[in-house]
Amino acid sequence: MDVLSDLVFDYTLRTVALGSAALGIVSGALGAFAVLRRQALLGDAMSHAALPGVALAFLITGSRAPLVLMIGAALTGWLAAVAIVGVVRASRVKTDTAMALMLSVFFGAGLVVLTFIQRQPAAGKAGLDKFLFGQAAAMLESDVITMASVGAVGLLGVLVLWKEFKLLSFDPDFAATLGMPTRRLDVLLTSLLVIAIVVGLKTVGVVLMSAMVVAPGAAARQWTNRLGVMVTLSALLGAAAGVLGALVSTAAETSTGPTIVLVATAFVVASLLFAPARGLVWARLRGWRSQRLLALEAVMADLAALAAQHSTDATRPHDVAALHALRGRAIVESALSELAADGLAQRHVSGGWSLTPRGLAEADRLARLRRAPDDV
Amino acid sequence: MRLRTSATLAIEATDLTLAYQQRPVLWDVDLEVPQGVLMAIVGPNGAGKTTLLRAVLGLLKPAAGEVRVFGRPYAEQRRLVAYVPQRGSVDWDFPTTALDIVTMGTYGGLGWVRRPGVSERSRATAALAQVGMQDYADRQISQLSGGQQQRVFLARALVQDAQIYLMDEPFQGVDATTERAIVDLLRTLRADGKTVVAVHHDLQTVVDYFDQVTLLNVRRIDAGSVEDVFTDENLRLTYGGRVAGIGGRGNGRASDLSA
Repeated sequence: MDVLSDLVFDYTLRTVALGSAALGIVSGALGAFAVLRRQALLGDAMSHAALPGVALAFLITGSRAPLVLMIGAALTGWLAAVAIVGVVRASRVKTDTAMALMLSVFFGAGLVVLTFIQRQPAAGKAGLDKFLFGQAAAMLESDVITMASVGAVGLLGVLVLWKEFKLLSFDPDFAATLGMPTRRLDVLLTSLLVIAIVVGLKTVGVVLMSAMVVAPGAAARQWTNRLGVMVTLSALLGAAAGVLGALVSTAAETSTGPTIVLVATAFVVASLLFAPARGLVWARLRGWRSQRLLALEAVMADLAALAAQHSTDATRPHDVAALHALRGRAIVESALSELAADGLAQRHVSGGWSLTPRGLAEADRLARLRRAPDDV
Repeated sequence: MRLRTSATLAIEATDLTLAYQQRPVLWDVDLEVPQGVLMAIVGPNGAGKTTLLRAVLGLLKPAAGEVRVFGRPYAEQRRLVAYVPQRGSVDWDFPTTALDIVTMGTYGGLGWVRRPGVSERSRATAALAQVGMQDYADRQISQLSGGQQQRVFLARALVQDAQIYLMDEPFQGVDATTERAIVDLLRTLRADGKTVVAVHHDLQTVVDYFDQVTLLNVRRIDAGSVEDVFTDENLRLTYGGRVAGIGGRGNGRASDLSA
């Protein structure tokens, strides 16, 4: 309960939680579109490419104001995206190669400028290296206000152009035939993604920010088949991961970026495993159940076939050793005991097995069903 | 802007030329489609059939040539043209329903920002019914069969309430039910005076389904009514002799495609 009361009354913790929630909402909502448009790696390249922007913005202006650094980050992040598209269009270099190239070039340049700044005697230099892995604890109220206002612009863009962005994401060619300026919409949506990235940079860091873009969307997709629900849920999961990760990292004094990413990844794993329709656990259970039912059916059919060879007494016991050889001992034995529990098969004193009259009727019904699949 | 439909030709594309990295894909192609016909575009793989459709729609910029729709540039007449892309051109795992996809056909008439409302959704529902898919309105699109997905795309084009329908392989990989439904739909469209141009692969059915045909292999080989143009000789010219006496008119209809 201490943490909860701190959350309300402790200035630092409250600031951290609010800021992380803001960044999670924005990156979750816009990241959902990035996931659907297969731009996850573009997000990664853009966030790495934001580093030289941060460093250069500081170098040129001498200011560490969040808005100044964010604008610098957005400019180089955006420039990297433009460069990637340009290289792919102008040459035969493929998209993944172009992205890897730009990511490392921009990130490398950022590190160079950063070390250059580090060697300067200027007093304000400290803290820029925090942009690598992020730091939540140092968040100020002014940071939160900037993050929230910049992020709001991004969210507003998605709300206003909802149907345009939806169609652009699903079928850009069709959108173009309707007269939508798809090229410009594409640039706009990518720019909004840049906004989502720079909002979280100081907290999560350039190295791992792409996880905040991808993870909430990937997790949300598992739970719903509606775009609106997916984007909303993605924003909420992003906020939850942001707040939880930032609070843990502040309490444990770990780097914020990695901590938030671990929380977000946990959401993804849980969603992949347990989401109702798409969860792997349920799929495995369904597969296992249907396999077991098929085994039951097969054993019943075998027993019915044996019974048919002795038309005088259908419930005469049979030795099941042949069945063991055919289908495997464990499968046959577990199927038999289940059939017996359901009153469909019986074990005789001799140790042999047969179907009960009810089992025979059921086997007959199933055999008919399999022979004539409903033709619809 | 007043949209004109009075000129004689629904589509008149002249001298379309388009190349990918020096390799010509379309060379000096004319496409003339009279109003109220069902036209097939037929040709081997890589003949530029899809490219031709996309060039007409302005999705690809030709190196030369121009496209007129009812006598005026396509850009001014775009609302008269509906497009049914290849089913495989989109990701069907997109999180939405069949009805929502069909509703996308109304976006062009809505303009910026405005969201589709009750009337758009009821038009979309009616279009779904027209292709026999009314029971699948709320179905997630990845759960539809290939034929059902194709019908959803057709319904989306119907909602556009256009004069001209450009379809890229509407019969590709669909079941018999859907093939029947599409053929019926094409005939209904023709009866309403609409014009349909479809990229088509199955030479066996060209004569049954279409009344005009454009034979394409980078260049336009021939075009006109199926009776006049869909001959064995023309098909040999189009397919480079790899077709052994198939469904063409003239030397009798045969049955085997050896290409």
